[in-house]
This record gives sequence, structure tokens and C-alpha cells, in this order.
Amino acid sequence: MLEDVGFIVGTSLMFTAPLMLCALGGVLSENAGVTALGLEGMMTLGAFTAAASGNFTAGPWQAFLAAGLAGASLAALYAVATVGLGSNQVVSSIAVNFLGVGGSLFFCRVFFAGATMTPPVSLDRKIPRPLNGLFPPGSFPDLVLNQYATVYVALLLALLVWFFLSKTAAGMRIRAVGENPAAADCLGVRVGLIRSLSVVLSGAFAGFGGAAMSIALVSSFRPTLISGHGFMALAAVIAGRWKPQGALIACLLFGSSEALVVFFGDRNIPSSLLSLLPYAIALVVLAGARGTAQAPAALGLPYRRETLN
Amino acid sequence: MPTATADLPEGALVEMRGITKLFGRTRANDQIDLTLRRGEVHALLGENGAGKSTLMNILYGRCLPAAGEIFIRGVKTIIDAPRTAIRCGIGMVHQHFLLVQAFTALENIILGREPLKRGRIDLRRAQAEVAELARRYGLAIDPQARIGDSSVAMRQKVEILKALYRKAEVLILDEPTAVLSPAEVDGLVEIVRELALQGKSVVLITHKLKEVMRVADVCTILRNGRRIATFPVAEASAAELAEKMIGHRLPVAPAAATAQRGPVTLRVEDLYVNNGSGVPAVRGLSLEVHAGEILGIVGVDGNGQSELVEAIAGLRRITSGRVVFRGRELTNKRPREIIESGLGLIPEDRQQSGLVLDLSVAENLVLKDFRKPPFSWRGLLDSRAISTFAREIIRSYDIRPSDEDIRAAALSGGNQQKIVLAREIARDPELLVAVQPTRGLDPGSAAEIHGLLAAHRNRGRAILLVSFDLDEAHYLADRIAVIFQGRIVGILESAAADNLEIGLLMSGGGAG
Amino acid sequence: MIRVVQVRRLFATRVDGGLISASVAIFLGLAFGALILKAAGIAPLAAYAVILKGAFGKPASVMYAIVKATPLIFTGLSIALAFRGGLFNIGAEGQFIVAALAAALTGYYLQLPAAVHVPVVFLIATAAAGLWGGIAGFLKARYGTHEVVSTIMLNWIALHLQNFVVMTTGFRKPDSEASFTIRESASITLLGEWKYSGPGQSWLQDHSVVQDLLRAPVNFGIVVAVAVALALHFILKKTTAGYTLRAIGFNRRAAAYGGIDVERGLVMTMVAAGAIAGAGGALHVMGVAKNIALLTSMEGYGFDGLAVALMGNASIAGCGVSALLLGALKYGGAKMQAVLGAPSEIIVIITGAIVFFVGIPRISRELLRARRARIGRNDA
Repeated sequence: MLEDVGFIVGTSLMFTAPLMLCALGGVLSENAGVTALGLEGMMTLGAFTAAASGNFTAGPWQAFLAAGLAGASLAALYAVATVGLGSNQVVSSIAVNFLGVGGSLFFCRVFFAGATMTPPVSLDRKIPRPLNGLFPPGSFPDLVLNQYATVYVALLLALLVWFFLSKTAAGMRIRAVGENPAAADCLGVRVGLIRSLSVVLSGAFAGFGGAAMSIALVSSFRPTLISGHGFMALAAVIAGRWKPQGALIACLLFGSSEALVVFFGDRNIPSSLLSLLPYAIALVVLAGARGTAQAPAALGLPYRRETLN
Repeated sequence: MPTATADLPEGALVEMRGITKLFGRTRANDQIDLTLRRGEVHALLGENGAGKSTLMNILYGRCLPAAGEIFIRGVKTIIDAPRTAIRCGIGMVHQHFLLVQAFTALENIILGREPLKRGRIDLRRAQAEVAELARRYGLAIDPQARIGDSSVAMRQKVEILKALYRKAEVLILDEPTAVLSPAEVDGLVEIVRELALQGKSVVLITHKLKEVMRVADVCTILRNGRRIATFPVAEASAAELAEKMIGHRLPVAPAAATAQRGPVTLRVEDLYVNNGSGVPAVRGLSLEVHAGEILGIVGVDGNGQSELVEAIAGLRRITSGRVVFRGRELTNKRPREIIESGLGLIPEDRQQSGLVLDLSVAENLVLKDFRKPPFSWRGLLDSRAISTFAREIIRSYDIRPSDEDIRAAALSGGNQQKIVLAREIARDPELLVAVQPTRGLDPGSAAEIHGLLAAHRNRGRAILLVSFDLDEAHYLADRIAVIFQGRIVGILESAAADNLEIGLLMSGGGAG
Repeated sequence: MIRVVQVRRLFATRVDGGLISASVAIFLGLAFGALILKAAGIAPLAAYAVILKGAFGKPASVMYAIVKATPLIFTGLSIALAFRGGLFNIGAEGQFIVAALAAALTGYYLQLPAAVHVPVVFLIATAAAGLWGGIAGFLKARYGTHEVVSTIMLNWIALHLQNFVVMTTGFRKPDSEASFTIRESASITLLGEWKYSGPGQSWLQDHSVVQDLLRAPVNFGIVVAVAVALALHFILKKTTAGYTLRAIGFNRRAAAYGGIDVERGLVMTMVAAGAIAGAGGALHVMGVAKNIALLTSMEGYGFDGLAVALMGNASIAGCGVSALLLGALKYGGAKMQAVLGAPSEIIVIITGAIVFFVGIPRISRELLRARRARIGRNDA
């Protein structure tokens, strides 16, 4: 019984990590006023990049960083279009998703002789489990705490992002730019720069999230790996009222529903019905979140310094 | 403090020479010179559209002049953005505040100039600095209050503190009293005097003569983009100022009502309505509007007017109380039903709520009736009938341009407002609710609108007018009701009403 | 009522474009694709030649392209309609799946004469998809839930729901990951049975052009697509329903002030959009696929429909042209793997790039406006 609880808690944390990393990206981007609908594409590209580099790099963290870079590059394109040129953010996000997913599959085939799946990454090149061996295998502490390092990285980064947004000047400026860019602009805050940086950072985080899936959760990239997790992360941001703490709780909720899928999956309940559980829960949570009352006031609206009449 | 007339650059903090600005073919500013001195309150007086805000926006860097130069402390400076202006010691409080609603007063003040301690924002130091400034200039605020929840007067003080926190030497206030009650205006006058006393140069953009007389040292009058005159206020009379400002005779006394006051058309009984945050904005409000009269509701913006209008129109839920229209219960009915019962509405914001700008003029004119014959039949629109109707309206209301198929967005503000009015009046509603019907319109258009409203009343209909402009209320309304904190605190016959008494009621100082 | 008026618009829905912009975007998208191909060591011009030849080389190819384009016309129209109504219908994918599921079920389990079976399947499937769309509309109207994220969740729920149904014994074809095929009476393939029959085969031997044309699963779907497009155009311009939708799409607040029931309007728009996307799914099953299979991931009809609607600037005619273009690209693109050994996913990249460029507002106008502001002129 205790083992079962341990298993569920541990697996929940494992599934939460990629969502959390991606959601942190969403928090940064949306607090700055830029829609983070493209997280899915950035996450996918990150997942591919991590798994692909994992075959060539010396260790996992280079692959992890490469994933972040890939996500950030795609996000940079997005920033140019939306912040730089004032494009409709939803449209550009759709483009980012196409590019991220298409690009991942395309380059997968190019680098790996036409395959849509990267070769599995060997254990020493996967994200390590730092607490492995500390506890007797199968025991409760082992099930809960013996996680991939990305889980701890995710929790640490969540703390950092919280501190950054609420206590530092840069964080306050990000939030200001998302609420009233005109006011911030007048006071000398560089709206375009801050938004662009937030977007690029969000891409990096999404890339990390993808890596947390492809070289931690599993050992390779395949087309069905991400399957909407990027969007789920966004749902977590909205449900969490655009705060990192709230997003964490939402991600835990989604992560545990995925853990339950695995847990019950061995017990003869049709896997498809279970698979739809996380999405259904996300939908219910979204409905309960009652829309956009607490969204950053300028979210989704391109900012151009007004010429007055 | 009387000073010699301008032209002497001695002691001048800011000098603007030959400023010209064009908007399309309109010369918003035409070769304007202006000098601002330390310790002086300089009023920039003129009607709507005279060019006052444009001139100051140029000084604040929000737009660039087509010609002219600016000298700050004798040094020629190009101000290309507000942050440059701020660095030069110029601060501006706009009509529509630039504040982050979700932040506290303190956060708004320090944004962009945050004091830091070891990487974090040093809130304690910020608070201390702001408290010192507040004390010195008499600007009492609650630094922890969320701006979104603060009153307009409080927000204004925060805006002023924002400028002072950035060491502004010149403070530009754009129509600061437009949103204040008479008592709050007194408070502002004190603040302005204190600022001048401490050596700041204050520019007051206004169209209100009384303010100029009260607080300004020097006055520059603008008309049609040109500087008409600059002189010390002590040497001028109100009449002189008015004449220079308008350039011709003042408008005549209010139009007399030519219809008798009839039976009660609308009765509001003890109404309670919440605002967007769930807080009661209308608190036990009762009033009656009779056929053949215009009842004007005056009060400072934010005392429940918007919520009252929305509740009557069915766009906001009434939590308790009743709305009875010609004997019929209309409380919480759907907007469609209320419209069909004979209620018309001219909303406050014609572009947001009154018109669908991307639809044609004709389509906008049938917005409320497109579902019925003759405009449609069994779900199919009859474009010919719609066109005919639209052309007739355009002709009789003199809407320009006269093409009914162009997008409503292409028309001027005055013509857009005429479309809204025409649409409503053409339906001949028993009760017409008009909110700020002449907002942002030039005097000519405003006069046309006033005429149309008066004519509707003269036909024996009832009009509920909500206005923030006391003069307009006096001019149009037969009775004036003052709203304060969600209730009617006094009803006066317009002819007999005294501005002082109204002002008192507006700021809660009455028996209400 | 007031809820809908108060809900803040999270995203500015206006899509700005035109014939020039779409063409420029397509060109730039293809150029970007060429860049990527070059980076991967594949000659771009050779690749594009393969696509062109693949899509237009033979009469059969043209037919295949049309067949491939047909579902995209429906999802594109669905999204374009929603755009006009002020909504982003990313859920076209899920609505398509729901309709396909309903069509496969009713096509297999019901036994009716062909003249009745086809319309019944079509109506039930379309209604199911309309309902699916209505869920998102309802959530938006009642709770203010943004339709983009809610429809994405609904897409995945639809997918897993479909998988669940496909794998249930009784519907699942033994030893396969697909369902039983629909009955012949529910099929809309043109001359479906005949072209495989004895006399049919021998006649076709003598008429090679027609034989070539009929290689593809030519079906009535395209006819229905054109009919739906025309109907939509008429409805938007000439009916009160169309007026209501457009008014809400342009200015929700003013529409509410005008007495329009915005909540109901939003739900109806999503239902209509869902039904149209569903029509595509139903016709696809009835004319091409004949059954439904286990889905490991989204097939992409909905997302491609997004590209179609955006390329077509949310206009009815634009959707038609863009759908045909994209259909041709996809069909021709599939050949690339076989002929050049180049990944067909380049089409996804090109599509993404086109959408990317379509989203950028007219750059010249932006620059002109910035220049004017500096000089002090502004057409206020």
C-alpha cells in the first residue's frame, strides 16, 4: 500500500518536471504580455535536440543546454514576428508549432537515415539520478526521492523564477510591461527588449521541458512524445493565475493524473480512457479558473508606441 | 507672483520657440512660443482642439514637432521620447493616467527607477523616499494600496509623486480637474501652490477659466493652434480670458423646454448594482424621469453612473430593487426585451459600445432592428430596404460623408456620434438614456447633438442624461440629480440650481 | 449576459492581409523551405520539381490532390467562419475526429438503403461535431474560458475517445488497429464498386484517361465542399444570422449594447464551425477512408485548416484556393521521400513558414506609419 502511494507520488513528480519547466517559460512570456501558445513547438524541438545531441555529446547536460538553445532560437523567431513586427500572436504561435514539430521530424529523418525516432540515448548520456542508491530500491523514500535530476532542477528553477518575478526590479518590469506597456514605456522601461528577452527565455525553458521528457522520462525522441504537453503547460499557467506557484500546483495536478494513467494502466482499464484523463482534468480546471480576470492586462496585444492626435 | 511678460530668457527653465505640428492638413500647433519659469504656475488655456495637449506632448516627447526648437536651461535639446523628457526634469500627468492597475502605488512610483539592495528591490528605502516626498509636497497617499482599487484623486497624487520621484523640475498637468470633485479640486490647488513655492514650474492645461483665475500666475491662451496672448493672470479678467479663448460671443442661455412635464416614464426604486469587482456601485438609488423632461445626472465619474445605466439597459445584473418603465417591470430583463419596450441608449463610448466600426454606416443604423421587417424577412436581409432607410437618415441628420456603404470607422467623431443618435432617435424611444453625448466633440457638433436631444424631449419623450460636464447639464436638463457613492443625494430644478450647491452634493457634503 | 461583455479579449483577433500579402507569404514560405532543404543537403529546386510533378503530373495526381484538399476546405471554412465570429477554432481537428467517429459507427451499424443512409450518416456525424464545437462555445460564453486552450484539450479528448471506441470488440476489425469498414450503402465514392467490378474494369481498359482519373477515390465530397462554401458566403452577407456573427466578431460589446444575445451567438458560431469541420470528417470517412483507425497522433486536418484559413485571409474564396494549394503541396510532398529520399516533413515546415509570414502585418504600412510619425504628420 505504501509502495503504491510512493509509486504514484514519485511518478507524479517525474511527469510534473517537464510540464513545470515548460510552464515556467509560459509564466515568463505571458507575464510580459506575450501569448505562449507556441510552447508546444518549442518543447518538441527541445525534446528532439536533446535526444539527437545525446547521441553525440559527452554528457547529458550539454544535451540539456542544447535543447534550451533550440527552444530559444525558435522563440527568437517568434519574438521578431510578434514584438518586432507586431504580428498577431496566436497566428505566429501556430506557425511556431508547425515549425517546431515539422523541424524536429525533418531533421530527425535527415540525421538518422530517414527514421522518425532518434536512436535511444545510452544511460550514461541520459539525465542522471543523483540520489540513486541512497535508499533501498522499492522503498517509499526511494520511490519518491530517487528522481531524475531534472525534477530537482525544475523545482529549483520554479523557486528562482518566483523570486525573480516578485522581488527583483527586472521581474517587476516584466510584469509592468505585461500590464500597461504604455505606462512602462513612458518611464523609460524598454518594452520591446524586455518582451523579447522574456520570449526567448520562455523558449529556453520550453526546450528544457522537452529535454526533461526525451532524455529523462524516456530515452529517445519520437513524434508522439510531446503530444500536447506544451499546451497543457499553458493551461497550467492560466489555471495558476500566471504565478509560478500556481502553475506548479496545476502541473502537479496534471502530472498526477498522468501517473494514475500509468498506475491503473497495468490493471486492465482501457488505456485510451485513462489517457484522456489529464486533458479532461485540464479542461475542467480551465473552466473553473473562470477565464481571464487575472490575466496580465496587456496580454496578447502588440505594443507600438502611440503616435498621438 | 507677477512676472514680466515672456521673451526674457532670464530664469527660464524651458523655452519653446516656433513649435509647429501638423496632423494631416490640420495645423495643431502653429509657430508657438512658450516660456516656463521656476516657481511659476503657467496656465495653458484654450478650448477643445486648441492645441494645448499637443504642445505639451511635444515637450514631453510623445510626438515630434514639424518645426521649432526646445531649450532646457538654455541648452537646445531634442526630446524624442518621454524618457528623454524625464531625464531633462520634465514630468507630465496625463488626462488618462498611465498607471499599472495591478501594482501598488509604491510600485507604480518606483517603476523604472527601483532602489536596489543586493539584487532585490529595496522596498523599505523606496517607501522612505516616497514618504519624504509626500510629506514635503502635501501628497498624502497609501503606498500599499492597489491602484486599481484607488480613487481618481489618489491616482492623480501617485502620478504627481511619480514625476517628483524622478526629480522633475517642470510638472505638466493635463486637465487635472476634469475628474475631481470640487473638494478634491481644492486639494489639488493646495498641491499646485506648494509645488510652485518649492521652486517647481507647473503647467496647467485647462479649458476652465475659474481654475486659471484661482491658481495660475501666468496664462497663455491658444486658439486654433496659435498662441493668442500671454500675460500675468493678475492683470486679466475672466471675461477677457473667455473672449480671447473663444474668439467670439459666448453661447446663449439654455433652450427653454417647450413641452409639459408628463407622467412618470421611468421609475428606479432602491436599486442595488455591483460593479465588475463585485462591490456595490449603486446603493439604494431611486429616481423618476417624466415624459417631456430631461433629467440630468451629474457627479464625478465613478460614483455609480456607468453601473446604473448598464442596469437599466439590462447589461448588468440588478441585485436588488426595481426598474419600472411605463408601468412594466424591466428589472433584469434581457437587453433585447428592454430595447423592444421602448428604451434607447447612447452609450458613453461610441467606438467601443455604440458602433461596430468595421460595419458600414447602413449596417450600424439597423443594429437594433435588423431582425425585423422591413429590414429582413424570415432571416434574410433586405439590403434595398436597409439602404433606403440609411440614405433617409443620412439626409435628415446631415451625416457626412453621405455614402451609406462606407465603414463607420471612416467618419469623424461628430458624425459617428450622429449615427448613434440618429439610430436611437429614429426608433422614437419613450426613454432615451444619453451618456456623455458630446464627449470629445467640437463645439459645432456638440451644439447639433444638443439640438437633437432637445427636440426629442420636445416631442414629449423622456431623456435621462448622464454627464460629467456641469455646463452641459445646466444647458440641457430640466432637473438635475446629483449622484454620489451610488445614491441620488439631491435633485434640483436646473434653472434654480447653483453650481456651489451642486458641487457640494457631488463631493458628499450635502444632506443626502 | 454581462459576463460576455466584461470578459476581456485575450487576443486581438483581427487578421490583416490580402491577395498580395498571401502570395508574398507563400513565396517567402517556399523560400524558407528552400533554405532548410539546402541546409540539409537537398537541392531545393529538384525537390520543388518533384512536388510539382507529383501534384500535377498526371490526371490522377490532380484528382488525388483534390481529394486531399477536400477535408482541408472544410476545416479551413470552419476556422474562417469562427474567425469572422471573433473566435479561434483550433478545435477543428477534434471536431473532425468526432464526426469521423460518428460516421464510421453509423456507417457500419445502421442498415439503410443508400439514398437514405448517406444523408443520415452525414447529418448525425455533422451534428455530433457541432455539439463538440458547442462545448467550447459554451465554456467560453459561460465561464470565459478561452477557446484556444479549451479546444486543444478537446482535440486530445476526442482523439483518445476515438481510440477507445475503435478498440472495443465488436467494432474493431480483428487483428487490426482499425474499425470495420462502413457499408457500401454509406459510401460516396464515385462509381466505387463499379470501377473494381468485371465490366467496369474492362470498360476502363479502353478509356485510359478516365481510368487514370478514377484511380483516386474521387467522391462527392468536393461538390459538397463547394456547396457549403457558397452557402456560407450567402449566409454571411445576406442573412440575419450572418449579420449577427459578423457584428459579434467585430465588436462584441457594441453588439451586446445593440441587443444581440452575444452568449448565444458565440455558442452558435462554435456549433456551426464544429459542424462544418465535422462535415469534412464525415465525408472523408464516407468517401476515402471507409473506416477509422487507431490514432497515435493528430492527423493534422484541423491544423492544416488553420494554415488554409490564414492563407486565405479568412475569406470563403481564399479558403478554397489555399486548400487546393496545400492539398497539392501535401500530395506532391509525400512523393519526396520516395523519389529523393528527402523527408516529406518539409511540407510542414513550409506550411509553418507561410503562416509565419501571413501573420506579419503589411510591413510597408508599418514603416510608412513610423516614418510619418517622426515627421509630424498623422492621418488621425
